[in-house]
Amino acid sequence: MSSTVGAVPPSAAASPPSSVPQHRRPSYRFGRWDIKYSPYLYIAPFFVLFGVFGLFPVLYTVYVSLFDYELLSGTKEFAGLENYRVLMADAQFWNAAYNTVGIFVLSTVPQLVVALLLANLLNRQMRARTVLRMGILIPNITSVAAVGIIFALIFADRYGLINWLLGTVGFDPIAWRDNRYASWFAISFMVDWRWTGYNALIYLGAMQAIPKDLYESAALDGASAWRQFWTITVPLIRPTILFTVVISTIGGFQIFTEPLMYGFGLVRGGADHQFQTLAMYIYEQTFTGNAEYGYGSAMSWLLFMMIIIFALINFALVRRSVKGEKK
Amino acid sequence: MTTAQTLPRSVAPPTPAPPRRRRGRVPGAQLWQASPLTYLALIMGSVLSVFPIIWSFIIASRDNSAVYEMPPVPGDQLFTNIDRMLANEDAAFVYGLVNSAVVSSVVTISVIFFSSLAGFAFAKLKFRGSNALLLVIILTMMVPTQLGVIPLYMMMVELEWTGTLQAVIVPFLVQGFGVFMMRQYAMSAISDELIEAARLDGCSTWRIYWNVVLPGLRPAAAVLGLLTFMQTWNEFLWPFIVLTPDTPTVQYSLKILSSGPYQTDYVALFAGTALATLPLLIVFIIFGRQIIGGIMEGAVKS
Repeated sequence: MSSTVGAVPPSAAASPPSSVPQHRRPSYRFGRWDIKYSPYLYIAPFFVLFGVFGLFPVLYTVYVSLFDYELLSGTKEFAGLENYRVLMADAQFWNAAYNTVGIFVLSTVPQLVVALLLANLLNRQMRARTVLRMGILIPNITSVAAVGIIFALIFADRYGLINWLLGTVGFDPIAWRDNRYASWFAISFMVDWRWTGYNALIYLGAMQAIPKDLYESAALDGASAWRQFWTITVPLIRPTILFTVVISTIGGFQIFTEPLMYGFGLVRGGADHQFQTLAMYIYEQTFTGNAEYGYGSAMSWLLFMMIIIFALINFALVRRSVKGEKK
Repeated sequence: MTTAQTLPRSVAPPTPAPPRRRRGRVPGAQLWQASPLTYLALIMGSVLSVFPIIWSFIIASRDNSAVYEMPPVPGDQLFTNIDRMLANEDAAFVYGLVNSAVVSSVVTISVIFFSSLAGFAFAKLKFRGSNALLLVIILTMMVPTQLGVIPLYMMMVELEWTGTLQAVIVPFLVQGFGVFMMRQYAMSAISDELIEAARLDGCSTWRIYWNVVLPGLRPAAAVLGLLTFMQTWNEFLWPFIVLTPDTPTVQYSLKILSSGPYQTDYVALFAGTALATLPLLIVFIIFGRQIIGGIMEGAVKS
């Protein structure tokens, strides 16, 4: 990356060489240079800025994770894999990992399945098409912080909307925060609410690229609408489904703001950390208390590994199951 | 705006099965007509989507004693609540709104500029390694950059940028998705002949970009701009880490309102969420069609 950037000294543009006597006008030389090298100049800002503020910090996390690094006390000592060893024995880390995976599964699977079904419904000729599409997309434009605040009240234990609804049909109220799994559900519900419509539109975009005569001939063969959905639509938008699965995995494992706001802005994630996610625990270790940068970095790096592993697993799982439907 | 006419290839009606040729005989034809059940399901989905937002506006208009009252009907305290919320000096809500507007605008302009520039180069200019570099850009979309916040924060401390707006602007100036989106659009929207003609007229590559390509990319740039603006406006984690309560973005102000001593003043808090959401709601209502088109467009290409 750096070599391509280095090959184009930006100053060359400003000073066309004039010492050599020439038959052609200098602008011709500039023109040749312009055609050959200026493309690198145009893409360089992306690579430089992403390299410095995107890629470098992620990689540098590995380096920091090898140190006993505390900003407040000024400690910085090489520690090897000590941070990782401590981490493996840290019950709160495993608790956060458990919560993160649980919330991820609860929030991603229903989200993508419902999005697929919604997209299928939207993929018709209908009135008020734009209004309905806007209707399901609108949660996506609200801020995560606002969503967290709103849903914290909807899922409030004593007078919340959901418990009120449960009460009117004769159920006992649910402890939406004290119960670990209930809190996972509530947090996942927020994520689903915010992202289902967005994914549905991505699927819809892919569905509309499918040639319609495929469906016509399937219908002539007597395939039901449901069968057409599974044997034509789903296999043909498989690349898009895989894309959303990978992107959702990457995003879902980094979940931070929803559980934070759900817990009234506290990173501990409930009295017993019952809904503290890895991103919250990283924050707690790094930006509060002793500010243990090394420890937080080790955790970040493990989370990075988890994301890669789960993204690959999910990718393989979905590819396999969707392919199976085609046969 | 003219964007509506030019962009929406995918927003155009989803070409239904031609009804003329074999009318009524094909069972598949009815698949493309929405049934009442379809409408019902979609309307329910929309209601479920819109309700929490409306409900939060309703609470913002009530008195604190009536927060939990059940049929959701609005109260008459909206402006009182807004006033009290704005008067809260710790949350500095107005300052947060202004900061968010500044940050989101700068980031949006920068992302449009750099994305269209690089997208143009990838779509229309020949240079060695362009395919490999494009692949790198696509891969950057997969990097969970949030996991680099600790070194990034250390960099900001080093630069003495903590608590300043450039700390939440500079790291977001470019976006892999934007480059890719602009490249895809430029491939189909800008003809090679146009660029050749401009070259023969003696235009430098920069002039071609500025005078020929950029105007042609306007529809896609508008969509990218809308998406980027909303995303930046809603950014939470990084501003929360690197900014301080006396220089908040609007999301940070909300966080202050929702915790600590103000936590119990629900109606003021909800007045805050309403005001923080309102600008985006307005943008969405005006440009919803383009935003939807942009999201669907991305799907076909990826």
